[in-house]
Parts: sequence; C-alpha cells; structure tokens
Amino acid sequence: MSSRETLFGIPAPDWADPAMQRRMRRRHGGTHRLRWLGIAAITGAIGLLLLLLVSIFSIGYSAFTQTVVTIDAPVAAEFIDADDITESNWNRMARAAIATLFPDDAAGVRDPDYREVLSRGGYNVIRNTLRDRVIANPELVGETLRITVQTADPFDQLAKGLVRRDTPEDRRRVNNRQIAFYDMLVEEGRIERRLNFWLLTNTDNRFPEMAGLAGALRGSAFALMVCFLISFPMGIATAVYLEEFAPKNWATDLIEVNINNLAAVPSIVFGLLGLAVFLNFFGLPRSAPLVGGMVLALMTLPTIIIATRAALKAVPPSIREGALGIGASPVQVMTHHVLPLAMPGILTGTIIGLAQALGETAPLLLIGMNTFITDVPEDVFSKSTALPTQIYIWFDSPERGFVSRTAAAIMVLLGFLLFMNAAAIFLRARLERRW
Amino acid sequence: MTRIPTTRIIVTALLLTIGIFIAWSLLGPWPTVILTLLSGLGWLIGLTRIRGAAQHASTGARPHSLMGYYATYVALWTGLPSFLFLLAWVFLQGPVIEQLLIASLPAASAGDLTPSQISLLISEIRNVAAGRIFSEPEPYVLEAAERYGRWVAISGQMKLAAIAAVALLGLSLSASRITMAFRARQGVERIVNVLLLVSSTLAILTTIGIVASLAFEAFRFFERVPVTEFLFGLSWEPQIAIREDQVASAGAFGAVPVFAGTILISGIAILFATLIGLPSAIYLSEFAGERQRNIIKPILEVLSGVPTIVYGFFAVLVISPAIRTFFGGTLGLETSPQSALAAGLVMGVMIVPFVSSLSDDAISAVPQAMRDGSIALGATRAETMLQVLLPAALPGIVGGMLLAVSRAIGETMIVVMAAGIIASLTINPLDSVTTVTVQIVTLLIGDTEFDNPKTLSAFGLGLFLFIFTLGLNVIALQIVQRYREQYE
Repeated sequence: MSSRETLFGIPAPDWADPAMQRRMRRRHGGTHRLRWLGIAAITGAIGLLLLLLVSIFSIGYSAFTQTVVTIDAPVAAEFIDADDITESNWNRMARAAIATLFPDDAAGVRDPDYREVLSRGGYNVIRNTLRDRVIANPELVGETLRITVQTADPFDQLAKGLVRRDTPEDRRRVNNRQIAFYDMLVEEGRIERRLNFWLLTNTDNRFPEMAGLAGALRGSAFALMVCFLISFPMGIATAVYLEEFAPKNWATDLIEVNINNLAAVPSIVFGLLGLAVFLNFFGLPRSAPLVGGMVLALMTLPTIIIATRAALKAVPPSIREGALGIGASPVQVMTHHVLPLAMPGILTGTIIGLAQALGETAPLLLIGMNTFITDVPEDVFSKSTALPTQIYIWFDSPERGFVSRTAAAIMVLLGFLLFMNAAAIFLRARLERRW
Repeated sequence: MTRIPTTRIIVTALLLTIGIFIAWSLLGPWPTVILTLLSGLGWLIGLTRIRGAAQHASTGARPHSLMGYYATYVALWTGLPSFLFLLAWVFLQGPVIEQLLIASLPAASAGDLTPSQISLLISEIRNVAAGRIFSEPEPYVLEAAERYGRWVAISGQMKLAAIAAVALLGLSLSASRITMAFRARQGVERIVNVLLLVSSTLAILTTIGIVASLAFEAFRFFERVPVTEFLFGLSWEPQIAIREDQVASAGAFGAVPVFAGTILISGIAILFATLIGLPSAIYLSEFAGERQRNIIKPILEVLSGVPTIVYGFFAVLVISPAIRTFFGGTLGLETSPQSALAAGLVMGVMIVPFVSSLSDDAISAVPQAMRDGSIALGATRAETMLQVLLPAALPGIVGGMLLAVSRAIGETMIVVMAAGIIASLTINPLDSVTTVTVQIVTLLIGDTEFDNPKTLSAFGLGLFLFIFTLGLNVIALQIVQRYREQYE
C-alpha cells in the first residue's frame, strides 16, 4: 500500500511520519492522563476516608483503657457510729482511706499535690462504696476494703505516655512531686490499666476520667425507639396509600411533591420546627428523647416512604393480578401478598433511615438534648442527651481528657452505624428477591 | 378451621405490640389496659355474634365476609374512637386545668399579674402539688396546689370512665350491626383506607408545620427589625441586642456577612467536591470495569453516610492544624484557627458522593450512539469524554452540583465545630467566617425565650435557609429531569 493513497481527494494520513506519531502519542496520552486523574481522585477520596478513620482511632483508642488505683481502705471503728451505722462519718473514713496511699512527706490528708493524683470524682466513689458496703455488711468494721478508683486524667495520660516526663516541669500538667508519688504507687503495685467499662456504664461527668456514655446511649435508644414507632407505621401507610390506593389527582401530586422536598430540607430546619411547634406550642418537655424521636421521625419519614415505594414497585404485577384473580380484595392483596414480599426492602430502608437518624445532631441541639445530665433517663419524658449530642458536649469541653473521650464516643457511634448498615446489607442480600 | 399463615400472626403481633407501646408511653398504663381489654372484648363479641348467627342460619348459608372481619370490625370500632378521644383529652387536660386554676385563684393575686408572673405562679403550684417544695409556700399556693392535685386526680378518673364509655358505645353500636348479610370486610377496609389517607397527610402537616413555625416567628422578628435591614445590613452582632435598651440597635441584624460566609464555605466545598468528584465520575463511567465500580461506588458513598459530627471533629483535630501548619507555618500567611478553608474542605469531602454519583449517572445517560459516533470519527477516549460526553452531560452534572450545594448550605455540625461564630465580611479563605446554620445554633442553644429579637432572628435566618435550599433543590431536580427527558 502506498503511503499517499487518497480518498475523495483527501490525502491519507502518513502514520509513519514522526510528527504524526508524536501527535498520536500526545492525543492518546490525554486518555492516560484522564484515567490517572480519575484514579488519583478516587484514591484521594478513599485516602481521606481512611485518614478520617485512622485519626479518630488513633486519638480515641487510648480512652478504652483507664488507669486505676487500688486502695486498701481501713474501716476503722472510730468513724463508725455505734448506735446508728448509717450516721457514721463516711467522709472522714474516705479521707483516711485516701491518706493511706500518701507517702510520709504528705502535708496531711488534704495534701494538694497528692490529692490531685486521684480523680476528683473518685472521692465520692470511695465514700459511697464504703458507706454502701459497710451498711450492707456491718461485720466489715475493723477490716480493710479493696476499692479501685480512676486516677485523674493527667496521670492517666502519664501512664499512657501522652504526658511526657521529659518536658520541663513548668510546662507539664503534673509536677515532679506528683510523679514521684505516682511512681511510688506503681512500685507498690497499686496502679493498673483496665479496660474502661466505665465508658459504657457511667453517665456524663465533669471529670473526663469518670465520664461515660450510659445516659447518652439510653437517650439515643429511647429517641430511636420513638422515631421507629412513629416513622415505620406512618411511612409504610403513606407509601402503600400513594403507591396502591391513591387516586391520581392534584392532592396526591401535592403529597408526592411534598415528600420529595422534605427529603431535601436541611436537618436544622427540623430542629427549628421541633423547637417552635413541639416545645413552644404543645409544651412538650425540653431535652426529652420523646421530642428528639419525634423530630427524627419527621426526618426519617421521607427515607422510609421512598424505600417502601421502591420495594412495593419491585413486586411484580403478576402477584397482584394473581391474587385479584382468585377473588382477593385490594386491601387483601396488599396485606397478604405485596407487603410481605416487599418487607425485606422496607426493613432495609428503615434500618438505613434509622442509622441516619442515630447520627443526626443539629436538630437535637436545638431541642436542648445537649444539656449536662448525670442521670440515666428513666423514660422518654426525662431529660437526656443522645450519643451525637454527647459527643458534641465532650468536644465542647475544655478539659484535655475529653479529646480522647470524644474520639472514643465517635468510635462507639461509628460502631453502631457499622452494625446497622451491615444488618441492612445482610437483609438485602439474604431476603430480598429478584424477580 | 383454616390454618393462619405464621407471617401474618407475627406481623399482627408486631403491629399490636407497637400500638400498645405507643399508647402506653403516650397515654399511661391504665387507659392502655382498658383500651386493649375492651378492644379484645369487642373482637371476641364480634366473633361470637357472627358464629351464633351462622349457626342459626339455614344450612349452607355463609356470612358475607370471613369470620375474622366481623371480629376485627367490632374491635376497631371499639378501640379507635376511644383512642382518638383519649388523645384529645390528654392534649386538652393541661390547658383546661390551668385555666380553671387561674380562675380559681383569688382575684387579687391573679388579676393584676403579668402573664409571665402567672406562669411562674402556676409552675410553683405544680411543684408544690408534686411535692417539690423549696421554701415555705404561701397558704393560698398550698390551697391551690391541693385543688390542682384533686383536679388532676378527678380528671384521671373521669378520663378512664369516659374512654370506657366511648369504647363500650362503639362496641355496642358496631356489634349490633353484625348480621349474616353485613359486609364486614368492606367496613374494615374502609377504616384501613382512612387510616392510610390520614398517615399520608402527615408529610403535608410536617411541611405546613415547618412553613408556619418559620414564617410566624420570622414575622415577629421582622416586626422588630425591618426586612431591608436584615437583608442588606452589613453588620451582624445579634448577641448585643439581648439588653432591653439595645433591642434592634442599628446594624446589629444585617445578615449579609452571614450569607457571605455561607457562600464562601459552600463555594470552597463545592469546588473541592468537584475536583475530586468529577474525575472520579469520569473514571467510573469510562474506565472502570463492572467489578471496580461495584467496589468503588459503595466506598465513596460511605463518605456521605459518616455523621457530620464526626466530620466536624476531624476538621478541628486534623484538617485545621494541618492548614495552619501549611499556610501559616510554611507559607507564612496569617491563618485563623477556624479558617473557612478547613470547614469548606471537610464539607467538600462529605458531598463528594453527591457530585460523583450524580455525574456518573449523567455521563452514563448520554446515548451510546454519541460515544460510538465520536470514536468512529477517530477521537480518542479522552477527546470523546471531554469534548462530546461532558458537554452533553453538563446539565445533569450541574443539577447534581446544585443538589450538593443545597446540601452544603444546610449542613450544620461541621461548621458549628470548625467555623467561627463572629460574622466578618471577607473572601479570604484563611479567615474565620460564620454561616447561617452556625448562627441558628448559637442563637438557640441553651434556654430560649421567644420574646427578644436575638432568638427570633434565628427563625428569620431559618426561613431564608429553607427558602434557599428548597429553591435550589427544585431548580436542580428540574434541570436533571429535563436533561433526562432530552435523551429518552
């Protein structure tokens, strides 16, 4: 084939020409560059996700252990009221118990340096443990009781190597005298690092080493329960109505447009709604999981409705026609055939919706679920926090120890989300039928 | 007897449990027990009556509907009206008793008090009645507390009697209608239809609630601060105006800096999200195989599933310090610890999936013929993508980006944690700016009274936020839709 063949008078390209080859290389190089640009972007996005997870893990993991001091507390007879044991001087007994730890150079039981080694909330723990156990069993008088309490946060961080001994004393959060005391306790075998179950069993506290998520977990559970109880039946009913029974008219269209737009309303607007309507107008209690759950339900509703409609649409018409053909009424077709078949899809959508609701913070801030509360909520009306708002409270606290607590709480939250999403994926894979 | 399918038993049990649970937590134990028992009784009576009728009828005759429908019909007519009645009672009980209480207080103590003093007095009486006594109350308060307690007790007993009466009325009326010819299934299905219709109006009610509450409170705000000042004023210092004498002092409620800050942060976010998201979408739709797509897409979508409070923490602990070391330390620029850049970047990460997924959809929706035509003319894949597919998919991509912008503007926690609260008018991304959502949260956090412009201004901001995001959303959906129609 000659190199200058023509087609309709246009000279055919000379592929062997070096200029042409350069041009072709450049043009195809564009494809490569585009491809690598895409790979770089995706790697960047996934890398950022990993960075997020790794940094939270690396900040938070240390809060899953906690340094504790074991105290051999003497239950001395001198503090016990012989007539009425409940009237004994538990405060002095606790102080004496703490003083047993102190070395000889301590300036009495209130030595300011040494007292700071124990958590400031620990004093109450010691006193209450002593009181409860001695009252329950008066034979303990004269014996010693082993009590473990958390160390104060700076010493917890010292044990974890986060407070470094080689920083100059005036820039360190613990002074040399305290470190000497701490080392003495270590030598006596009184210092231990334990798995921090308090993180899940304690309620919120001003002292980071005592603070836990029990109240927030219960509050979130209550709020999610209310959210589920409202949004699940209502969502299914709405979706069934719109998909199967609604006449095609302007009212139905209005409802549909409404639902689609509700899904795009910023979450904080729902908080404003809750504040103005539920709290101000109906006078429901502030900071209550009931109100939180109601607000979250309104937010979750569109998600559940959209998922349910998709699941209903996926059930093939032959099922409906078959049932109608043997004499079932439309409601029977729905309740006996279509809904059961669509249920896996509906449940998947519901779980995903609830997982979103669990991580939602902004509306809960507006209805006051970010107050400092040291009780586990008893019912849906009592004041409470929720998991994300508790994270926000800790994030907002100035104490250094709350940084790792915040990250640890985030890990707990992410754990729940992971579990819920995994459940949704499992449900979809196992139960959903492809027609 | 026919065997009832297990799933139906499980679903019925589940629904019953949910219903009883809602009733229990909303209405208290006793009404719930009464309602449940009476409904159960209604169910049994309905069943017995239709069975009796069927036995007496001539052989071979069968009731119009299945037996269960008669039972359900009676149970529903027993339970539902009294449930609604009870709900109304619970909501009205508080205000009614309060009015009675105010009326019963000596005229001297109630007549010349301001509303807030009256509400203080009422809450004191409530506290005393509940046994929470902090100081020695006045004798008339004690008396009123006793009256209050008595009324609450009376109301509680009357409530039980009333719902029992309503339930029994419904039971007897519906049970008396049961005959062989009665169309019980249609009766039950009518009720089901009404329930479905009522549920689907909840979405409407929510929207009405949002619009009404925002508009109402915003209106009260604009009564104190002119709309023009809010929309065009250049200074935003709402915290000053708490004091009475400074209410609506000039320039305190000009929202322009707040809007500008929102636009700056969202702009950074959408820029970053496009830089990451668009190449990802191009790769996914053009270069990735089926398996790669199935792995990469869900991972990218995790980015929008991470709770925003986690992003906020990430922004403050990781991104902000990094930006400060880079721009402040390495480049020597003045960098605020709460720079708009940090908040914007992290928000951009959050909305990457919006951009990438919607752009991917848009590119994939371009007809194959255009792709083939371009390749056939000798264009390389990159040329096809950049000069044919992207321009064709542009409306869809823009629509997706608008959706992402709407999401970014409404996003709260990232900016609450990582952006500033001082409103400053700047376009320097290293400065600290504030956003609409940050202002709403800072204005409304803590105990709120709805009588000062400071609190109400949050609703003014909320109204504009709502209108703006909704508008963006409607426009975006329309663009996406029109674009889809173009190629279908």
